[in-house]
Amino acid sequence: MEKIKNYTISVYTENNVGLLHRISAIFLKRHINIESFTTSESEIEDVYRFIIVVKMTKSAVERVVKQIEKQVEVIKAFYHKDDETIFQESALYKLKSSSLFEERHIQNIIKNSNARIVTVNPQFFVIEKTGFRSDTEKLYKELAPFGLLQFTRSGRIAVSKEKMGISEILNTFKNQK
Amino acid sequence: MKTKKISGAEAVIHCLLNEGVDLVWGYPGGAIMPVYDEFYKFQDKLKHILTRHEQGAIHAAQGFARSSGKVGVAIATSGPGATNLVTGIADAQIDSTPLVCITGQVPSHLLGSDAFQETDIIGISMPVTKWNYQITKASEIPEIFAKAFYIAKSGRPGPVLIDITKDAQFELFEFSYEKCKGIRSYNPLPKVDIDQIDRAVELINKSKKPLIVWGQGVILGEAEIEFKKFVEKSGIPAAWTILGLSALPTSHELNVGMVGMHGNYGPNILTNKCDLLIAIGMRFDDRVTGDPSTYASQAKIIHLEIDPAEIDKNIKVDVPILGNCKESLNLLTERIENKSHQKWVSKFDDLMKIEFDKVIKGDLNPIKKGLTMGESIIAINKYTKGDAIIVTDVGQHQMVACRYANFVKSKSNITSGGLGTMGFALPAAMGAKMGALEREVVAVIGDGGYQMTIQELGTIFQLQIPVKIVILNNDFLGMVRQWQQLFFDKRYASTEMINPDFVTIAKGYYIDSERVTERKDLDNAVKKMIDSKKPYVLEISVEKEDNVFPMIPSGASVSDIRLD
Repeated sequence: MEKIKNYTISVYTENNVGLLHRISAIFLKRHINIESFTTSESEIEDVYRFIIVVKMTKSAVERVVKQIEKQVEVIKAFYHKDDETIFQESALYKLKSSSLFEERHIQNIIKNSNARIVTVNPQFFVIEKTGFRSDTEKLYKELAPFGLLQFTRSGRIAVSKEKMGISEILNTFKNQK
Repeated sequence: MKTKKISGAEAVIHCLLNEGVDLVWGYPGGAIMPVYDEFYKFQDKLKHILTRHEQGAIHAAQGFARSSGKVGVAIATSGPGATNLVTGIADAQIDSTPLVCITGQVPSHLLGSDAFQETDIIGISMPVTKWNYQITKASEIPEIFAKAFYIAKSGRPGPVLIDITKDAQFELFEFSYEKCKGIRSYNPLPKVDIDQIDRAVELINKSKKPLIVWGQGVILGEAEIEFKKFVEKSGIPAAWTILGLSALPTSHELNVGMVGMHGNYGPNILTNKCDLLIAIGMRFDDRVTGDPSTYASQAKIIHLEIDPAEIDKNIKVDVPILGNCKESLNLLTERIENKSHQKWVSKFDDLMKIEFDKVIKGDLNPIKKGLTMGESIIAINKYTKGDAIIVTDVGQHQMVACRYANFVKSKSNITSGGLGTMGFALPAAMGAKMGALEREVVAVIGDGGYQMTIQELGTIFQLQIPVKIVILNNDFLGMVRQWQQLFFDKRYASTEMINPDFVTIAKGYYIDSERVTERKDLDNAVKKMIDSKKPYVLEISVEKEDNVFPMIPSGASVSDIRLD
């Protein structure tokens, strides 16, 4: 049996209304759960980038990436194992301000975790922590006893160690014309 | 240069004319009325055929595209008009048929307000289109239409949908049109890799028991001539998938028949005996492969394919050759040795003899009283001389027609393969006729599927489209009944039908019609139908509980094919 692993799929696309739907439909059709999904601009003007994290086998991720790449407005799609990318997630933790001043221990937790205080006001304060999933989870466990008012974590953002060469692909097209 | 301002609706017509469209199929309604007003004004240049249902329009456009090789165009209004197109769009997507579908949409300021006849057709059609786009400004129309036709026809063809808000149809703008020559994120034609060609040539020259399985890619790639040359130089027996049928004449000595669930005995058994399988423009559908883990597992596999997503999708292959097979087949033919595989080919003949004795003889020269579907197809062969376009629906009659119909020309077998859409044949046949006016078009339809789109008799009558319609009537949903007999202990749940008088219905539409119930009348009735220059409905009452064999039970290996 093939092993199930974490794969980070990077998709470079034209900006197009509805492309998100088209790509998520590829996963829906195959009953694949998406672990995290992030979209942003890329290093190239007018080119967007989707970062999708999935748990699946290598041959299954290969097939899905081909289906994604087949979409007219997708420039190129890649998949990488965790050790082939540099990746991070961000988390925000909202707590009552009173606990910051009354519980000295909280200040130690913040300092030791290398988290950052984003804002403080008389009612609440917000901490931000960027790192691996295990880092933000550890901080969650430590802060939970003080009563988290809100907690949220971003999807994974990742860059690959290998070159993805999107500009080259776009230039080849330009030169053909 | 200043150009005259025109409306978005008029621009739609000019886009279609610029793309060489002279026929569209559709059904009007509120949100598409400005475009229909332009159809009225441009009726000398662009013919619009009003079907009786939007599903009829889309299947007609599919039939048109399949017989002509051009892009089919279907148009409908918003809401239910648009959703009624969806089955045909899904069918075209899975069978790689180039279509441009145009839908009206509520005015842009009402989008998202649940306005009358508003539906999110972009969202609904996204998984079943190659591409789609919603136009909200008239100025977008030329570029989007140019892109749509380019995407529909290039690479692996498919359906695209353009949704146009009503305000964009009214809006005035300066029109100019430029055909699309490329899209930077889209590479429709992958380059043929010569290294892979060399690897394939080595395997082909070395092989003692090679088998070709070809699909619709040969037809879509317009590679029939190149394909025939390859087959003849290599001397390799060639079998077809249902959509590949007619790319090589039925009578060709290396044509060894159909693969898959109801395919021929020889090519199915020998798929698991060959040492090299050359798959050309086909996609290893489960109806072709049966159990994929045992499919040709002893053989090396070469796959000629235009769509990279098909490589290793269902079956792992040894040598993938991307690109249009028209080009790659030429490269292979230039390099391979001239060969014949007489001993290997004779194995197909031996197995054909077994199939003939056990199945074909009884189908074509029955001793039982009732008429068979097989002898009906043979009668059609006789009077069309294998020169007709045969359009089939879905079910037993479809399998029988594909097994026994004779073909001499390509693009002659039109059927719903991948999606298996009942109701496809009647509208697709009228589309096929309009796409190939010089050819005889015979629709072969079961009594079930016929009643799913029977309303299109109205279109056929109004336009006097001279299609010949054969209903193979067994008063059952025959294929489902066959499965109930074989796998559900003959519990015939909701498969028996008490049918209307099909002859009277045809006559109600002023279409000539006859019913045959006895063998002695069959030939004359078919002859009369073919001789007619008008639309014609021939109902043939066939045995109620006949089965289609051979058959690979679903999930079984291709070599476990049953003859009874």
